[in-house]
Amino acid sequence: MGRKILFITTDQQRYDALGCNGGQIARTPVIDELARTGIVYDRAHPQNVVCMPSRSTMLTGQHVSTHGVWMNGVPLANDAPSIASDLRRSGYRTALVGKAHFEPFLDPFLRFAENRIGSGGLETEMSIGENGLPTPHRGFEHFSLATHGGTGPFHYARWLREKNPAAAAMFFQVLDQQLQVNAAGGGETNAPQVKHNDIQRELYHTEWVADQTITWLSSLPADADWFCWMSFPDPHHPWDPPKSELGRVNWRELDVPPGYIQDAAERERVLDNKPRHWRMWYDGTFISNYEAPSKWVPKTLTADNVREVNAMAHIENELIDEAIGRVMTSIAARGWGDDLDVLYTTDHGELQGDYGLLFKGPYHVDSLMRLPLIWRPAKSANVAPARVAAPVGLVSLASTFASIAGMQRPDYAESERLPLNDDDARLLGHERVLTEWDSVLFGKIVGARTICRDGWVCTAMLPGTVHDGTEGELYHLANDPLQRNNLWSSSQHTAQRDALLDDMWSSLPTRVLPLRACDAPV
Amino acid sequence: MGSVRRHVQINRDPDTVWRLVGDLARQHEWFPLTSCRVEGKKRWITLPSGIVFEEDIVTHDHSLRRFQYRMVGNPAITSHLGTCDVLDDGHGGSIVVYSTDMEPEALALVIAGAAGEGLHKLKALMEVA
Repeated sequence: MGRKILFITTDQQRYDALGCNGGQIARTPVIDELARTGIVYDRAHPQNVVCMPSRSTMLTGQHVSTHGVWMNGVPLANDAPSIASDLRRSGYRTALVGKAHFEPFLDPFLRFAENRIGSGGLETEMSIGENGLPTPHRGFEHFSLATHGGTGPFHYARWLREKNPAAAAMFFQVLDQQLQVNAAGGGETNAPQVKHNDIQRELYHTEWVADQTITWLSSLPADADWFCWMSFPDPHHPWDPPKSELGRVNWRELDVPPGYIQDAAERERVLDNKPRHWRMWYDGTFISNYEAPSKWVPKTLTADNVREVNAMAHIENELIDEAIGRVMTSIAARGWGDDLDVLYTTDHGELQGDYGLLFKGPYHVDSLMRLPLIWRPAKSANVAPARVAAPVGLVSLASTFASIAGMQRPDYAESERLPLNDDDARLLGHERVLTEWDSVLFGKIVGARTICRDGWVCTAMLPGTVHDGTEGELYHLANDPLQRNNLWSSSQHTAQRDALLDDMWSSLPTRVLPLRACDAPV
Repeated sequence: MGSVRRHVQINRDPDTVWRLVGDLARQHEWFPLTSCRVEGKKRWITLPSGIVFEEDIVTHDHSLRRFQYRMVGNPAITSHLGTCDVLDDGHGGSIVVYSTDMEPEALALVIAGAAGEGLHKLKALMEVA
């Protein structure tokens, strides 16, 4: 028997959401225990700050320029490499429970396997893998799919309709009548994408993801090796946890988060010191990400809105922690505890009030890029707990899964496995981490490339609709942890900036052309 | 307004390609649809998800090899014009262009994706025929 792998992801979760990372609101004892006994990465970045590209990186071990999912709505190629396929070929049982999102959601033509699998109530769909042989879709023999609400084609929505046909309408309606991301407000402060959800906790998707994971694991023989990706849709907006749980965190008792600048003049001064798309989005004049409600103007965000959104996210994070606890108990009861590796992370962060903004977009700062990432190796592996300061990326996950399974680093993977500590990071060459952004939304073109190394974060804005290729951002993370003082144009830092850019351009993989088509908004 | 366009080059003469493209009741043979039903200047298409769209046929011109249609009767779709042209590529083959202008614009992207897949299948069908 080999080591089992439980890969836990959340969606749109900040580094500081967890107690083990200094979070002081949400109680996350289960994740904190994984951190205490495992390896915590304090500088982990995604390779893209929206879902589909980031999740494609997790599965393929490739940067965005290579796997080709350059923005939401671009499907990952069916024959793209998949670490799940490799694990399955080496004898692992494989499942993905919860949110997949390697393929677009908005799919009335049912062109994409995830949507066909969900709408058909299937376990998987056979397709041709990268080796030309039939394989379960992306290597997963079992899918139980969910997304952020109770509608749509996925297994969760089907299950919910059977349990309570009225429940789907209790969630926040993600899209409005124009199929735009809904700008409607709710809760007690009329905060965007907030709703008090009447759904019973046991019917909420966080509980369902844990239940489905337990059910699948229970179906396996005791001697099975397995890879289970348990993928929670929360705390991604809409922020609509079960109303019964609202008493956990009272938004009225919260301070605004450190990243929110209360003084409007100071906030706007900070924004004006960044590339122009920051201020343009704040003013509602340039929206480059479909997932940010186009009819909502960030400038209207109030401090109370920020408090309420944060409270909702903290509640959702507590529910996730408790759900993970149930799964861990179930795994221990099967006798797998000593051979279990757990990896915990998310696909990208959330602005959550920082700079007076919500949601996400081409904003390469810690709010969106600094992620929770924890690896709790199996006890049988005898790995010492550690905190790792070296920069690492989600691009290392595929190689890490392979190493846990005793496999060679896959040929297609573009990074070494995650390090066990900072010495190991040096040996493996974890010097830098790269993040890419590209979006083309009805003529609005934005591109950004970012490097993080040696305590600096440097972003070059590519020529596009509002940028001429000369703008960018440069921050020293220790001196400016909230990234408010952009040093890009500082003459004292020109040499530092240019050295970072030289390293970035020489380290980024060559973009695979032609670009894959964008087939949906999300 | 969402405005999108996809095209494909096909190594078959345009009249041959138009014989299939211009038969509006057969679009499901190359486009990701379950079925098409034509009655006079009306068409109903059924998507694999079970959604049915009602369409007005605006242009069906064999000499131009052009087909245009509007989705109607759906309150979510406030404006739509779809156009499919089969052009002579000047080398004995064809270029098929499928464009859509519509509100909501998000749906235009989805139709563009379906059109891209449909055109890819059309090319395969035509070039083995």
